[in-house]
Amino acid sequence: MNSDNNQPTTNNRKPLRLSGLEPLIIDENSNFINVGERTNVAGSRKFLRLVKEEKFDEALAIARHQVEGGAQIVDINMDDGLIDGKEAMIRFLNLIAAEPDISRVPMMIDSSKWEIIEAGLQVVQGKCVVNSISLKEGEEEFISHAKKIKRYGAAVIVMAFDEVGQADTYERRIEIAKRSYNILVDKVNFPPEDIIFDLNIFPVATGMEEHRKNAIDFIEATRWVRQNLPHVSVSGGVSNVSFSFRGNNGVREAMHSVFLYYAIEAGMNMGIVNPSMLEVYDDIPKDLLEHVEDVILDRRDDATERLLDFAETVKGSKKEQVVDLSWREEPLQDRITRALVKGIDEYIVADVEEARLIADEPIEVIEINLMTGMNVVGDLFGAGKMFLPQVVKSARVMKKAVAYLLPFIEDSKGGDQQTNGKILMATVKGDVHDIGKNIVGVVLACNNYEIVDLGVMVPPEKIIETAKEHNVDVIGLSGLITPSLDEMVYLAKEMERLNFKLPLMIGGATTSKAHTSVKIDPQYENAVVHVNDASRAVTVVGDLLNKKTSEKYKSDLKLDYDEFRTRFLSRTKKKKLVSLDIARNNKFKIDWNSTEIKKPNKLGVYALEHITLEELLPFIDWSPFFRSWDLHGKYPEILKDNVVGKQATELFADAQKLLKEIVSKKLLKTKAIFGLFPANTINDDDIEVDVRSSAEGNTSEGKYIFRTLRQQLDKREGRPNYALSDFIAPKESGVQDYMGCFCVSTGFGTKELAEKYEAEHDDYSAIMVKALADRFAEAYAEYLHKEIRTNYWGYTASENLSNDDLIKESYKGIRPAPGYPSCPDHTEKLTIWEVLNVKENIGVELTDSLAMWPAASVSGYYFGNKEAKYFGLGKITQEQVADFAIRKGIDLKEAMKWLNPNIVD
Amino acid sequence: MSQIQNILNEKILVLDGAMGTMIQRHNFSEEDYRGEQFKDFHTTVKGNNDMLSITQPEAIKEIHRKYFNAGADIVETNTFSSTTIGMADYDMEDWVYQLNYESAKIAKEVAEEYKISEPNKPRFVAGSIGPTNRTASMSPDVNDPGFRAVTFDDLRVAYKQQVEALVDGGVDVLLVETVFDTLNAKAALFAIEEINDEKGLNIPIMVSGTITDASGRTLSGQTAEAFLISVSHIELMTVGFNCALGANQLTPYLQIVSDKAPFGISAHPNAGLPNAFGEYDETPEQMAGQIKEYLEKGLINIIGGCCGTTPEHIKAIADVAKDYKPRLVEQIH
Repeated sequence: MNSDNNQPTTNNRKPLRLSGLEPLIIDENSNFINVGERTNVAGSRKFLRLVKEEKFDEALAIARHQVEGGAQIVDINMDDGLIDGKEAMIRFLNLIAAEPDISRVPMMIDSSKWEIIEAGLQVVQGKCVVNSISLKEGEEEFISHAKKIKRYGAAVIVMAFDEVGQADTYERRIEIAKRSYNILVDKVNFPPEDIIFDLNIFPVATGMEEHRKNAIDFIEATRWVRQNLPHVSVSGGVSNVSFSFRGNNGVREAMHSVFLYYAIEAGMNMGIVNPSMLEVYDDIPKDLLEHVEDVILDRRDDATERLLDFAETVKGSKKEQVVDLSWREEPLQDRITRALVKGIDEYIVADVEEARLIADEPIEVIEINLMTGMNVVGDLFGAGKMFLPQVVKSARVMKKAVAYLLPFIEDSKGGDQQTNGKILMATVKGDVHDIGKNIVGVVLACNNYEIVDLGVMVPPEKIIETAKEHNVDVIGLSGLITPSLDEMVYLAKEMERLNFKLPLMIGGATTSKAHTSVKIDPQYENAVVHVNDASRAVTVVGDLLNKKTSEKYKSDLKLDYDEFRTRFLSRTKKKKLVSLDIARNNKFKIDWNSTEIKKPNKLGVYALEHITLEELLPFIDWSPFFRSWDLHGKYPEILKDNVVGKQATELFADAQKLLKEIVSKKLLKTKAIFGLFPANTINDDDIEVDVRSSAEGNTSEGKYIFRTLRQQLDKREGRPNYALSDFIAPKESGVQDYMGCFCVSTGFGTKELAEKYEAEHDDYSAIMVKALADRFAEAYAEYLHKEIRTNYWGYTASENLSNDDLIKESYKGIRPAPGYPSCPDHTEKLTIWEVLNVKENIGVELTDSLAMWPAASVSGYYFGNKEAKYFGLGKITQEQVADFAIRKGIDLKEAMKWLNPNIVD
Repeated sequence: MSQIQNILNEKILVLDGAMGTMIQRHNFSEEDYRGEQFKDFHTTVKGNNDMLSITQPEAIKEIHRKYFNAGADIVETNTFSSTTIGMADYDMEDWVYQLNYESAKIAKEVAEEYKISEPNKPRFVAGSIGPTNRTASMSPDVNDPGFRAVTFDDLRVAYKQQVEALVDGGVDVLLVETVFDTLNAKAALFAIEEINDEKGLNIPIMVSGTITDASGRTLSGQTAEAFLISVSHIELMTVGFNCALGANQLTPYLQIVSDKAPFGISAHPNAGLPNAFGEYDETPEQMAGQIKEYLEKGLINIIGGCCGTTPEHIKAIADVAKDYKPRLVEQIH
């Protein structure tokens, strides 16, 4: 720019200092400051909709996008009649405060309502900008607001507006700016460098004579303000100027550029500009430039008509966007990092190949390129900015890349890959559940740990042997069913006996810090730590293996578990238990003469194989599915959750895709067997079922007895000590009662499918398959229960006729499962297996620890009485264990082993 | 200009050291904490150090005396947690005025004692205003980043009560310290301005932030310079840093504020970083040696100590500081 004489006086200008998490200093050396304006409900329909629908995650993404796109200040406006502007402003600014990517820049709190501005000022720690105040309502209010703003520590935009109206000429702009400045500086003692004037940018080329000078008046007023009002800044919303050319982005972009070119020269140093609506001044074609300059600078009487005519030949913007693949143009490392962070596997092999050709050794691609990306993933996950499903997707990309590189590495006889440590992972003997374990394994692998995964049902000897052979650094044990807890205790004892020094990590649904500290920790002198979510696993393993601090960490762990144990034991001792006699006397009593008992429509044992996966879909409860991925919340609300909503939605979409494939290709088989029998309670706690009298499909013979366990907690007056046997009429009542039992499975096919995905290095889908199979099994149990109620047993035949709401209310009867709180005794499954001949009939087997195989299976009893309810057994005494052993005809030791988690200490 | 501001241009002023460390040496029992006034109080109060100004005033006065004798020009009142927010832990919200008033009064009494013995070295009292145990710009709930356990207005009201009582009790300076969340500090500054307005006063203000670790940021995420900008809307006597870091680690951040601030600069670092047992073990000589570097660079106007520092540390620091000239405060305003 060459108009030296007209340069604003910038000598000794005090800088405007703003701050987010980082400083923003605007002085004579600063380039034009770009204010992001997409987070303005008045200017962006999309943002308005997101705020209205409370989709704050997506709204935040808009803010982040602006900062990434170069906005140095973010303008936020919530002025809309249909939203509570004050609350939305507070909420959004609070959420931004938690996003360092956004909050690093200063905020601009934009509202025409003072209460919204003040609410915004109260939640921002940095020095922000208020947009805006003016003399519109008179001096008194202007001064009072300015004083407050100063006290809150913000800069301010002053609109060229007064009691008469908005300034629309050169003279009025100067008049109002001068008056405002004098009041602020002299009366309020407002720092002049903290004043920013918005001198009103109005459209040109509207066809109206009085609009001809709108642009040039703004430019000249800007020049005057910068020369005559020391230290101030000048701002404005640029897109207004081209308002009359809406729809013709080519012309608008040129108009913005020309306007800015002259306005900046005159001293406009900040403004709201959409960077994608800007042409490079020098790139504007000469003819277009001339026409636009004629309009902006008001150089000809016929400027508007000439530009209108010319505009017809300028078709649209040349920057129309298609799918954004611009990241593919970035440097190689950035592409690899991005692919890992975003979980995009389409290009990874090509990128890795490119990296391999440059690298001295193929191994370097892993050690340098891929690990650089995975470190970013690890950091983001550690900081809570990535969620589990994303990390597992990252791992998929990583695995693909590594699989591609392996042959080259072997060829070049490259040395061992340097990892952070070696972790042995195993689901203990007798247990088949591995979703959680696999997720932890994947996440640890992402953080550059080598995982030795022994799979499921791993005997202790094998764990010990492998740990020695591979010289691992940590052993991680997982289990879902209660007997697995004892397996873990056993392994801890073995490790102690064999003088192991490795830290032991415990995880899985039934494990707890309480169990770990009380039962496992005392057995092993070295570190034992309970980890129940994948995100913690990384920090725990990091702490365990950190050479400098691990000793302290481990001794702290020991202390912590010791304290926890002491506290836990002192707390639990307070609960008083009663003798078995007293508990039995206080049983739950049903009036057997009046209670309704329905004879099942179908007595006997039946197998079902024709139920399709499709029929089960409506019965799926999705909430536990999200839980298995460490995303917590109820479905469907979770999809809109502020924190995890986006991830939950993506995960759900991926699940639906796989679900569709599984359903359409029938990749999982459904199997079910159930039986309904005459039954009566005998000797308080046992239920005798008569299998003989049942009809077709029966392969068993004789009478069987289900042994139930009774609560022994000292109950309040009027509260019974429940056992499941209370829900069945006792023999001596003379009333014939009934019960049932069942096993369903949707697990056949899971293993093959998961293995297929694992072979493709796609752990994400492999874990997904198992998680979906589990959901199907639960859905099948739910489906079958409904069929039992309404059809096979038929005690609520009317259920079918009712609508959904009624179904819930008339839902009578329970289906408790052995191994769960109402009957923690897993050995009851053996009886069910005998009664229904489960293994022969549908192929579901029981492991040593009485877990079902395939894992995606559910078994249990049916109780049909309307008074039957779920309860938790709680702690029981040695007395009941001994009684149970005698009843069941097993020795006391064995009974103790199975009931161990429930026996009072 | 007040007396202390005039002296600030002439010499480096020495601030006292840790209060907590000194109180610990007394091994006060629950009964000692309760004293006469709170002997029947309904909840445990041991650990509420601020109440000792009421129940063990002689002990607190003796600590102030020790620091003055060691060479301190300014002692801080025993009021770091004396807001309704801080006192909620002990159900003592209703005593906030008395806590601050008494703390200010006894500190001022000790300062006056020196008027006769050393008339040429005036002693000052700074009203200590801590950050409270809540943060206005961060959520304590990881699952709900938009949640806030305390609002600006909660803080403003609480700080206003504290400030009023400190001023009534006679403090010479207000020290907003250990600022880990700038928004909390802004609420305190807002409250101070309100009191200044209402009482027609112009009490000098010190603001001292806390850089939590080697990231060079406050707990709420601001860099040293962003922090400075965020509190510069008020005419401060000094700005600086305390706590979390030792003298060595604090240097680069002091350099930044010293380069940019139109105010005096203060520092009261910890006695090094805590060791494995959470103790501070830097000796007075080590600490004074590091502080000497600040002084040589001319970064400092007020120097003192935070966690783990004792009268011995302050003596060593005062001995070094007396040989140096204070940083020149640039008069921009």
